[in-house]
Amino acid sequence: MRRFPKYVNAGRALMARIGVFICHCGENIGRTVDCPAAAAEAAKLPGVVLSLDYKYMCSDPGQQMINKAIAEKLLTGAVVAACSPRMHERTFRSAAAQAGLNPYLLEMANVREHCSWVHSERAAATAKANDLIRVMVEKVRRNKALFPIRVPVEPTALVVGGGIAGIQAALDIAAGGGKVVLVERSPSIGGHMARLSETFPTLDCSQCILTPRMVEAASHPDIRLMTYSEVEAVEGFVGSFEVTVRRKARYVDPEKCTGCGDCFNKCPLKKIPSEFDAGLGSRRAIYVPFPQAVPNKPVIDAANCTMLTKGKCGLCAKVCARGAIDYKDQDRLEKVKAGAVVLAAGFELWDHSAYGEYGGGRLKDVIDGFAFERLASASGPTGGEIRRPSDGSEPKTVVFIQCCGSRDDKKGKGYCSKICCMYTAKHAMLYRHKVHDGRAVVFYMDVRAAGKGYEEFVRRAIEADGAEYVRGRVSRVYRRRDGKLVVKGADTLVGRPMTVEADLVVLADAMVPRRGAEKLAQLFGVGCDTDGFYSEAHPKLRPVETAAAGVFLAGACQAPKDIPDSVAQASAAAAKALGLFAKPELEREPVIARVNKNLCVHCRACINACPYGAAKDFEIKDRAGKLLRVVAEVNEGLCQGCGTCAAVCRSNSVDLDGFSDEQVCAQIAALE
Amino acid sequence: MSAHALTNRESLLAARIREETGVKVAECYQCGKCTAGCPMARWMDISPNQIMRNLQTGDEADENRLLSCQALWHCAGCLTCTQRCPKGLDPAAVMDVLREAARRRGTVPASARKVLAFHEAFLKTVEDFGRMNEWPLVARYKLATGDLFADVLLAPEMLLKGKLPIVPHAIRGREEVRRIFRESRKKEKR
Repeated sequence: MRRFPKYVNAGRALMARIGVFICHCGENIGRTVDCPAAAAEAAKLPGVVLSLDYKYMCSDPGQQMINKAIAEKLLTGAVVAACSPRMHERTFRSAAAQAGLNPYLLEMANVREHCSWVHSERAAATAKANDLIRVMVEKVRRNKALFPIRVPVEPTALVVGGGIAGIQAALDIAAGGGKVVLVERSPSIGGHMARLSETFPTLDCSQCILTPRMVEAASHPDIRLMTYSEVEAVEGFVGSFEVTVRRKARYVDPEKCTGCGDCFNKCPLKKIPSEFDAGLGSRRAIYVPFPQAVPNKPVIDAANCTMLTKGKCGLCAKVCARGAIDYKDQDRLEKVKAGAVVLAAGFELWDHSAYGEYGGGRLKDVIDGFAFERLASASGPTGGEIRRPSDGSEPKTVVFIQCCGSRDDKKGKGYCSKICCMYTAKHAMLYRHKVHDGRAVVFYMDVRAAGKGYEEFVRRAIEADGAEYVRGRVSRVYRRRDGKLVVKGADTLVGRPMTVEADLVVLADAMVPRRGAEKLAQLFGVGCDTDGFYSEAHPKLRPVETAAAGVFLAGACQAPKDIPDSVAQASAAAAKALGLFAKPELEREPVIARVNKNLCVHCRACINACPYGAAKDFEIKDRAGKLLRVVAEVNEGLCQGCGTCAAVCRSNSVDLDGFSDEQVCAQIAALE
Repeated sequence: MSAHALTNRESLLAARIREETGVKVAECYQCGKCTAGCPMARWMDISPNQIMRNLQTGDEADENRLLSCQALWHCAGCLTCTQRCPKGLDPAAVMDVLREAARRRGTVPASARKVLAFHEAFLKTVEDFGRMNEWPLVARYKLATGDLFADVLLAPEMLLKGKLPIVPHAIRGREEVRRIFRESRKKEKR
């Protein structure tokens, strides 16, 4: 940051030399506001030494006008009356900085969005523009030079979630020279993608393309895996987060364990439904979730292990040649330092038990998409053969119901889950490839196949593989006495109801955020939308950032996404994290709150109110280290300048730099 | 993936359409462009895109409805649908196959009898003369329908403009055209 000449800081309200620059914005402002008249009016204001109007102030000549005025008139402040500061504040402030004026001494009066665009009567609009300019001149007379805050950066990223998005972000950050700590809640990384049979639109085997990435993440020297772990607490701020991670008790020492499998082959508890197989298969009480798990070390499920619940058994410890089993293992808390965070918490499927008309989750042969993936997967409980869960027979008619819980404001979710059209087409295709004489009937409302090769994929399912697509939402599924599932739907293109007798029904359930995602968001100060998906900073222009500085988003925790989109966003988040790490220090906007420690009575109102945890206790000690008084203090790195603390402070001892009480009161007074 | 049977639900009618016209009805994605451009669609009881849809379902009731509908006979055969179909299908040819099937099964609705009579009068004229001829066509059509005076006021003007030549024209290869008709009939009987 360049140094500014001293005179710019000396000028306060009384000695102000302010320039006013009024922009016509082509016709946008000039049509409604009489800009030359407004300039003449502004010239009369106290402290204003120069007042100009110009057709396009943001253009190069416009900026040069400002530059020249600052240099020649020795301006101590400037007001640009133009568009919203969101558009061009940065432009004009850097123009001011080039001329040697501290950028925070330049302010914008919004006479476009707040005036010309919303009014039509010229005289009244011009009067309002005069008011807006006068108010801003009063503020600028009291502005202080501010300097960006510098904070050091720890070049480590914490990635939360070990699915494909988290893995990709971790690999990209590590490839870019950063260090990564990858925290995953379950015993293995891989996420949902590890459960898929094949992937659209190319039908490559999901595990074949995923497992190399998993292995790479595990073996990368700059990536540290923390599986079976959860984020417990977060302190600090962008550049230096300090995150407490709960490392859940595995009851198996990963250092000693060789992954031989003796323990889980001997474990007598064989009937525990496997989460990985969507409950269609079973696992033991000591288990690895799937054969390619990374790390390939078992954990003991404490809720089901009889040794841990009743103190009986201990077979796994007996058979373990390495003595890796430790029934006394306990959760540990570990602190991790990180400069940036990537949240990749993922999704889960909506619970279709709310749909009583589809059996409410009670019909065994009405399954969700993941269950079908496991049935179709060679590593699944049926070895890749499509079988009915109820009796193990091969279904001859399978009905796929799309939009189950999606696009349903009443019982489900209002949004479109985006990926179901594609995976349903894939399911129908896989089924027809495996059962040649079987019927695959797909009920859909619209086919939304926007993606490279997607539309072609769906047409292939219909035209080459003979999936029967019926446009209409299914009203009811019930089980007849002979075991057939009767599906009552409609063919709205023909315009008549239709009934299909099915052996298996697959529901394309809506995608919803993972359980506990909201709690994780709160820990990091990230907002959630009404459906619980993480809010990005801007839906178009800042899609991977969040309202919390240094916290980025990847994958389906932000919105329903397929694998390509998740991977792309993960790489984008990695780029953002690496961008932070590119400099040893961060510069932050200096608009932050300050506590006047002489006035503070330590009522703690600001500490309770601060949404970013930036307001904290501060102990005032004398030289001998004796505690004199406790007051509040604002952490410069955490403060986002929202002003909540200044609003709640009872003793008037908190002020916001750039928006002080003095400035705001002067602005209001200028309107009278 | 077999190129022959698209789905195991492909009906005999859909299969016949595929064999005779090359149109695979499953390829229709119901965009509705055929109906949108059809000059006759507003008078049809089943619109062109719905005709395609009804062929996709493999449901016999849907097919029966198609074969007795009036839309088949409202179709003017202008080929706008075929010209504009984004999937390169040929709904006009499908209409032809459906009309033939309806005639063969005797499911042509009473209201379409005049249209059928016109088609037959036209073909008979072609069989006799090897080309279209106004007087024989008009005479046959009027005899078949019994409606002798419809459009009769158009005749003077047409005469003046030379659209109604008194002596019917014939072409040189008349006998060959007749043979085509004969062969076709034989083929149909088989």
